[in-house]
Amino acid sequence: MAAAALRDVEVDYPRGRALGPVSLEVAEGEIVALVGPSGCGKSTALRLLAGLEAPTRGEVARAAGRGETAVVFQAPTLAPWLSARANAALPLELAGVAKGEAFARADAALARVGLKGAEGARPAQLSGGMAMRVSLARALVTGPRLLLLDEPFAALDEITRRALADDVLALWAETRPAIVFVTHNVEEAVYMASRVVVMTAGPGRIAADVAVNAPLPRPAQFRTTPVFRATAEQVSEHLARAMGGQVAA
Amino acid sequence: MSRTLRIAAPLALTAILLIGWEVACRALHVSAFLLPPPSAVAEALVQNLPTLAAAAWRTLSTALIALVIASVIAQALALLVALSPLIERAVTPLASVVQVTPVVAIAPLVLIWAGLDHPGVALVVLAVLVAFFPIFSGAVAGLKAADPDLERLFDLYGATAWQRATRLKLPSAVPFLLEGHKVGAGLAIIGAVVAEFGAGSGGVNGLAWQILDAGNKVQTARMIAALGVLGAMGVVLHALLEWVQRAGLKWWRGR
Repeated sequence: MAAAALRDVEVDYPRGRALGPVSLEVAEGEIVALVGPSGCGKSTALRLLAGLEAPTRGEVARAAGRGETAVVFQAPTLAPWLSARANAALPLELAGVAKGEAFARADAALARVGLKGAEGARPAQLSGGMAMRVSLARALVTGPRLLLLDEPFAALDEITRRALADDVLALWAETRPAIVFVTHNVEEAVYMASRVVVMTAGPGRIAADVAVNAPLPRPAQFRTTPVFRATAEQVSEHLARAMGGQVAA
Repeated sequence: MSRTLRIAAPLALTAILLIGWEVACRALHVSAFLLPPPSAVAEALVQNLPTLAAAAWRTLSTALIALVIASVIAQALALLVALSPLIERAVTPLASVVQVTPVVAIAPLVLIWAGLDHPGVALVVLAVLVAFFPIFSGAVAGLKAADPDLERLFDLYGATAWQRATRLKLPSAVPFLLEGHKVGAGLAIIGAVVAEFGAGSGGVNGLAWQILDAGNKVQTARMIAALGVLGAMGVVLHALLEWVQRAGLKWWRGR
């Protein structure tokens, strides 16, 4: 059974059609990357999968229930008045889990993303990378079956984003949730995903669906293999075509 | 700029201005009832210090009481406005009317309503009217200022309206509330003084009355001394409020 699916989904905004028709199935434990030019509706597709937005037409299916779906946004989106621990515990507290247990599980989630010792820090005291890890811990704290990442590393430097990509893969290996992530970065998409979906703009549609033929999780050397380079090239070509001859950014 | 220089610069300018004033008054033989020299003002200040200090305290306490009342009303109303767009539509234009009407124009009416033998009540009401708006608009803006992605996260995890209000909306509003109270407190002082002028000879005996009384008796030095006390009170209050705001933000943000 699919972890999540869009079936003939269309989204209309007052200024016109933003997305669709689009059909996309995400299998359990699969990692899917959505790439495409700005305005191709990849973030809209993610919000549909999260249930944060309803489609104008079509159907959205999700195997994961409430609390089993987690979203990580482009910015860390932490509450500045809460400690890292309280931020990570927020989904549990909203679900009515007692504070003591919620904090214990938050501490465990923070430890998983390498933030042991920073539990009491406020977001303003954390670096961009650390704040993003708190955001990731908050997403993991409920043990989600579907993890949706909306350009989660876009604001970070190259070294930090590579480290976080490896962390996400390591975390995936522990519980194997289905992951859908939006990115502008072709190499990141190929490195992390089992499938790269290329989208095209005006309105957003799926232009290509490229499988990455290498088992997950992957070693860092995967970036230097012929499979990686060939797949990245293939995705780039689709992307260039999707952008109508524009040079891919 | 070094800290010493930052403090020394305005002090030096004040000293230069005072010396220039003193020298000009003596050299040009300006009559004392038109413009007394700073030395005469200082003398009047020392002579009238107990009266002026008591008057300053009356004005300040009027403003502080008004600030507390304005704070409670403004925040309660902002909460209602945040809960219902219909209430917002109804309240906002009226709140703007209160804001744009000059307090001196309302003063005579409020004095009659409060009763001529209760001018203190009228002054508090007038200062409340002035201090209300910045706190109200700050609270309204603050309650809408929550990060939209955090709002989505609360949607995602099925937060109740109560959880959303207490865990997201109210904490997000804190910086706006601090700013609103800072501006509101400054305006409460201005409102209290202006209302005292509006009340005229009414038996409240605040700083404005000291200025009016000295003016009626052509005691120009005492007038300027009272003005100086008012200015000093404003400066101290402003510094205090800035400190409260900074400390509050530090507590909120954790640094």
